Amino acid sequence: MSDESQLARSLVSEIESVTARIGRTVRLMEVCGTHTVELRKQGIQSLLPRRVTLVSGPGCPVCVTPSGYIDNAMQLVSEGRAQVATFGDLMKVPGASGRTLSSLAGTGRVRLVYSPRELVEIARGSGLPVVFLAVGFETTVPTIVSALLEARDRGVDNLFLYTAFKTVPPALRFLLSNPEHGIDGFLLPGHVSVIIGADAYAFLERAGGRPGVITGFEGLDMLLGILGLLRQIERGESSVQNAYPRAVRAEGNPRALELIARTLETRSDTWRGLGPIPGAALGLQSWLAESDAEKEFDIPPAEDREPPGCLCSRVIAGMSTPPQCALFGTRCTPDDPVGPCMVSSEGTCSAYFRYGGAR
Amino acid sequence: MTDTGNIRLEHGSGGALSRDLVEKVIHPLFRSDSYSELLDAGPLEKGSDLLMTTDGYVVDPPFFPGGDIGRLSIFGTCNDLSVSGAKPLCISLALVIEEGFPLDDLRRALASAAEAAREAEVRIVTGDTKVVPRGKGGGLFITTTGVGRRVFSLPLTPGRAQVGDAVIVSAPIGAHGLTVLAARESLPVAAALRSDMAYLYSAVSALFPLAEKLRFMRDATRGGIASVLNEVVQSSSWGIAVEDAAFPVSDDVRTVSSLLGLNPLEIANEGVFVALVAGDATARALDILHAHPLGREAQLVGRLSADSPGKVLTTTRVGGTRIVDFPRGLLLPRIC
Amino acid sequence: MCLATPMKIERIVDGRRAIVSEGNVQVEVDVSLLKDPRPGDHVIIHAGYAIETLTLAEAEERLALFRKIAELSGETSGETGAPQ
Repeated sequence: MSDESQLARSLVSEIESVTARIGRTVRLMEVCGTHTVELRKQGIQSLLPRRVTLVSGPGCPVCVTPSGYIDNAMQLVSEGRAQVATFGDLMKVPGASGRTLSSLAGTGRVRLVYSPRELVEIARGSGLPVVFLAVGFETTVPTIVSALLEARDRGVDNLFLYTAFKTVPPALRFLLSNPEHGIDGFLLPGHVSVIIGADAYAFLERAGGRPGVITGFEGLDMLLGILGLLRQIERGESSVQNAYPRAVRAEGNPRALELIARTLETRSDTWRGLGPIPGAALGLQSWLAESDAEKEFDIPPAEDREPPGCLCSRVIAGMSTPPQCALFGTRCTPDDPVGPCMVSSEGTCSAYFRYGGAR
Repeated sequence: MTDTGNIRLEHGSGGALSRDLVEKVIHPLFRSDSYSELLDAGPLEKGSDLLMTTDGYVVDPPFFPGGDIGRLSIFGTCNDLSVSGAKPLCISLALVIEEGFPLDDLRRALASAAEAAREAEVRIVTGDTKVVPRGKGGGLFITTTGVGRRVFSLPLTPGRAQVGDAVIVSAPIGAHGLTVLAARESLPVAAALRSDMAYLYSAVSALFPLAEKLRFMRDATRGGIASVLNEVVQSSSWGIAVEDAAFPVSDDVRTVSSLLGLNPLEIANEGVFVALVAGDATARALDILHAHPLGREAQLVGRLSADSPGKVLTTTRVGGTRIVDFPRGLLLPRIC
Repeated sequence: MCLATPMKIERIVDGRRAIVSEGNVQVEVDVSLLKDPRPGDHVIIHAGYAIETLTLAEAEERLALFRKIAELSGETSGETGAPQ
């Protein structure tokens, strides 16, 4: 047996012992979409005792963006007012209309990027304004803002951001504010935490809080994170542990945080299916107004409309599992998705479908 | 798959939707009493030992590290014949060229095809050329049809497989698709990538002496290894159990696919084939391949099992289990 | 929401850019989010930006922690991980 699977076996054995001593079902929320995928792709789900239930959270940036955002972006393209640049993640998400950005590829005004670094040259070489679909959590936010400032510094003034930035700690607070949340502990997102720091989760430690473990993405990291949560639950603790200290510091990444503080301000945008969450979004500060696509193009607020029968909003709140949705695997598959939880490669429904999320 | 609407790009990506298109829309129109099975390579007449296959090549960009569309159009079709148990004899070459395609590029691609044909010892016996207006053709499309003579007398189909059969992957996976993607999108990943394009007949035919212990072979092109494995077990009474750690993947492919959020099992190859051999012939098959330049890194990746019929299950590096599905949707790089 | 790949800084190009590598793969990334990037640093790359430097001391401590867990739990019998 390899070193890795030997270590994994020890961790699983510990997990089983602690779970047996806890003596009841435990619900752990994987906040981050990447964790949702990796837990299943690396087979962690299959190793856990039956009493440990993994519940998916809202950490999938595509899944929590209201469908109207896509429609607004498509309108910019079809009206010829701008070129839209986006990460691949958003290309196949249906808007409320049911159509996707990729269906407009023929216009030549939809551009896929791998890194915000490409935006400067794209804008420079474009006769039209370039609007970047700025969707993401704290891991991605500083990279996008950095690219905008670089463009401005280099005199490129036709790059705009259509922001749909979301933040994790307020969303967790929001989830905990529902007395029926049923979550016993949080597997906290490793790379978001790289930016915001372990200290950002201090509120979890207060009365009514829950244990949280900041976890990396390798198989052994995730097993360690789960074990850490179970041990705290056994002891009735609710503190925040950092199980990814090689990348996550208590104070986070100061340069990234300073960049965010200098350029963005808190908003209360709608999270798809969850409604507006206080302070859980970020938008451009007024000194950057001339780079703000919403202002430049008078973009209306994004409508939040669910396709009929889609349970995505319950899935991302951890209230339903994909198999509980009548459309799952029948009407809604990765090839013919109805809602973003199936479209997004980070989406819970996609992960369940592709890797067999159910036991 | 819905019954109405239009063809989408995903129908061509080699995953589940592609198979649906072929099996639910196309095959039903062409099946007949004489030919209930529409294979990758079919006999010219019932009982004939001459097999024919065809393939369209639409790769963009036409030139990339390790190969080009001309070379690919010859090797790809010859590889299809090889894994069907036939020695390729001759090729036809049909071109659809977009107005504006540079003549120099055309010469270069065709010279490369001619060179590939010489290496493969096949004659290009006929062809056709069409030009389409600008905006309609994607540069250069090549369709090659190949005819070969059956050398291996048994059919190389999943139908001959048995529980306990070994699943062997002939070479490291993921290089071709990543190379083409990087070239097409001008990704800032420097020349670490190179297509694995190769003419596989000599490696494939080296396994023919295994006779009835050689059950099935397929080259793992569009849709990658994941597609081939799922095709083997689809609607059958057995499953495949593999191990993540067993698949040969170069470090560079691993790094680039990690950077792009892609899975090497789902990426196209042009120099890799999958072979199913009887369990007790595993060591011999691996020895044969390891002695061949194109099979030096061949690996046993798993076995046919009676468990989980119709499914491909893999054991992960930490000892867990998950399903390996057909690739779904387009292979779009992602950051999230 | 966060795919990131660990790589090593080969050289600094200028205030923003560096070449990072892993094996034969070399990529140019933006390092302006790092405090003091140096050649030889191991960093994690997200969407073309280095978002943090990995501390090797912590990485080694992690391996030690795993070993400790392995020792504590000993060779436990009872197979887990049966496909479900």
